[in-house]
Amino acid sequence: MSARLYLAQRLTAMVLAFAVTVHLVTIVYAVRGGLTAGDILARTTGNVGFLAFYVVFVIAAAIHAPIGLRSVLREWTPWRGRSLDLAMLGVAAVIAALGLRAAYAVYAA
Amino acid sequence: MSAAATAARADADGQLTVRVWRGAEHGGFQTFQVARRANQTILDVVTEIQREQDATLAYRYACRVGMCGSCAMVVNGRPRWTCRTRVARAEEGGQITLEPMRNMPVVKDLAVDMESFFEKWRDAKGFFEPGETPANDFAVVRPDSPERAQADAGVECINCGVCYSACDVVSWNPEYLGPAALNRAWTLVNDVRDRGQDARLDAVSGDAGCHSCHSHMSCTEFCPKALAPTYAIAGLKRVTARRVWKRGS
Repeated sequence: MSARLYLAQRLTAMVLAFAVTVHLVTIVYAVRGGLTAGDILARTTGNVGFLAFYVVFVIAAAIHAPIGLRSVLREWTPWRGRSLDLAMLGVAAVIAALGLRAAYAVYAA
Repeated sequence: MSAAATAARADADGQLTVRVWRGAEHGGFQTFQVARRANQTILDVVTEIQREQDATLAYRYACRVGMCGSCAMVVNGRPRWTCRTRVARAEEGGQITLEPMRNMPVVKDLAVDMESFFEKWRDAKGFFEPGETPANDFAVVRPDSPERAQADAGVECINCGVCYSACDVVSWNPEYLGPAALNRAWTLVNDVRDRGQDARLDAVSGDAGCHSCHSHMSCTEFCPKALAPTYAIAGLKRVTARRVWKRGS
């Protein structure tokens, strides 16, 4: 792992520590409070703050996860080189696309 | 020494059962019986086997007093200097299992080829770089300066390879520079006279470098000199990350 990837992983870890906590607490709070899916969508639709939070969350995850996955694959398999790096860029793109799509869907519902 | 004399020197605890790795990458354990003696070290046991029971046993040692770092082996699963390990401390129920150090090719029996270990020392730029022109004057380094204290903390390494043998990351990634080379690089990063810092920080970054360390701390746990390569590696991570933050490379 280069120093640049290391720094990117550590910085996004800080973002994720905050974002995952907010995400989980919100889920538990909403479910235990008895909110229906309709109630939740009514709160998230058109909520720019909600969208901004999840955009940051998804981007941080899309940077963080492939860096870690790359290290795991390098340690546990013989996979090395440019093909691995390109595959990890692909994983990052998939995480970002699916995550941003989901966040936008809940925002625009 | 005659068998009678050997028996006479054995203490009341009797015999040790010693399983010794024989062969190279492929091989098996051979069991020897060795008399227990007062203040006996693991190196004493190996030497007794080699001199009195099987002269074909290969192992390596030089100083016998913990200065040269050449007698390291895996003793009952733990990498250690055999000359400074007493049998009484390492044996388990009268049993001792001796294996060559891990993460290095086995030459024969208990002797490993340490070439890759030393090559990584060089690859990590673990040597003083004076720069193009000699300094005009002596550098003044205060003994209590933070840099000198950081260098002091790791400078007593004698290249025995115990940390390298203990390192999980080396076993997963044979290219990883390993704790000893990175520890040496860290002492030089803290040498204010050195003029090769950019090249050194480049050398310790990348997939073989300090950022691959998982901080398992096996190196720090097993270092016979009680050094802490984990903290040296953490220092390298800090300095290289700061460099990226400031310069973007």
